[in-house]
Amino acid sequence: MYDAGKIIVGLIIFLVLITSPVWYNMASGKSEVVPQPKIITAEKECVMGTEYMREKHMDLLNEWRDKAVREGERIHAAPNGRKFNMSLTGTCLNCHSNKTEFCDACHNYSAVGQPYCWDCHNIPEEIK
Amino acid sequence: MGIDRRKFLTIAGLTAASVIGRKALGDSLSVAPESNLLPEENRLIGHRWAMVVDLRKCKEQHNCTKCIDACNAVHNIPQFDNPKDEVKWIWKEHFKEAFPNQEKEYILEGLLETPITVMCNHCDNPPCVRVCPTQATWKREDGIVMMDMHRCIGCRYCVAACPYGSRSFNWRDPRPFIKEINKDYPTRTRGVVEKCNFCAERLARGQMPACVEACEEKALIFGDLEDPDSEVRALLRENFAIRRKPNLGTNPEVYYIV
Repeated sequence: MYDAGKIIVGLIIFLVLITSPVWYNMASGKSEVVPQPKIITAEKECVMGTEYMREKHMDLLNEWRDKAVREGERIHAAPNGRKFNMSLTGTCLNCHSNKTEFCDACHNYSAVGQPYCWDCHNIPEEIK
Repeated sequence: MGIDRRKFLTIAGLTAASVIGRKALGDSLSVAPESNLLPEENRLIGHRWAMVVDLRKCKEQHNCTKCIDACNAVHNIPQFDNPKDEVKWIWKEHFKEAFPNQEKEYILEGLLETPITVMCNHCDNPPCVRVCPTQATWKREDGIVMMDMHRCIGCRYCVAACPYGSRSFNWRDPRPFIKEINKDYPTRTRGVVEKCNFCAERLARGQMPACVEACEEKALIFGDLEDPDSEVRALLRENFAIRRKPNLGTNPEVYYIV
């Protein structure tokens, strides 16, 4: 191979450049861009704690789905004793009615994209 | 003949095991499973939900579609132009198609020409449940044959299995074809099967099915078959009622008073 040294050095420089945002984030310890979901609700507390919701809201939604549809249990008791109707549109979106600023902010960032929940479940503001 | 040591130990061991087992089982049965769920206070609870359709009253109101309109509005049922795309939960059928095996020479005057209100029969022995590969359709303990759209893969085995044509497939995205969306109930997506669910979501809130509520003539009566004092049982006691295609052995639980 001719000019092997130059090619390999060039490749290394190229790789370092193209992965530089990753190195930068690792060095600085925080991301340059973080999603900023906007919370517009008047409620003070969610159906579960904020940390839990941030990490596990998809598990909770799956659990609600199975409980409500398959087991006919439709009431969720929050840790503080409050009761909520297990309803994506009625309960979740009642508070977080700004889907584009709330759901999509993180979902687009983490490349989870658009979950197909919205193919069937109504988004209040989008209803005519 | 005496009892030898081996036999004595066997009997003693089995007795002890059964006592301990029953105690353990009894304890686990009496203690409610740990759950953060509470039963809804005013929901309607039945042991075997059933519907009675009083065809005499239906006959008087020949072109009445209140029950159908109410169901369509509550469940966001799309109205397609092409009958091949049709989605039906409750609809009208000719007598001959609804009851093909009935001896019908001298039945109540005019009934043969009356459109018969039909819906999912919520059979005791539902063929659709048996064929569903994902258990997206199943029979609840109170007899309602439910659909879980989340789990439906659109294979349409159930459509083929249902002898009443009660299941509809969403060939197209239904949303643009719903005149006014009821936000309390989801729409469906393309590629799933749907059908009447006896308004399970309304029963959970303590309401009667939408069609029953909408029928001003009280031709549709909904109730618990296992409750001897229920309205459906009283009607079935006092009137002659038929069911659709009883010879198939699906044991439908929608009764028609003729």
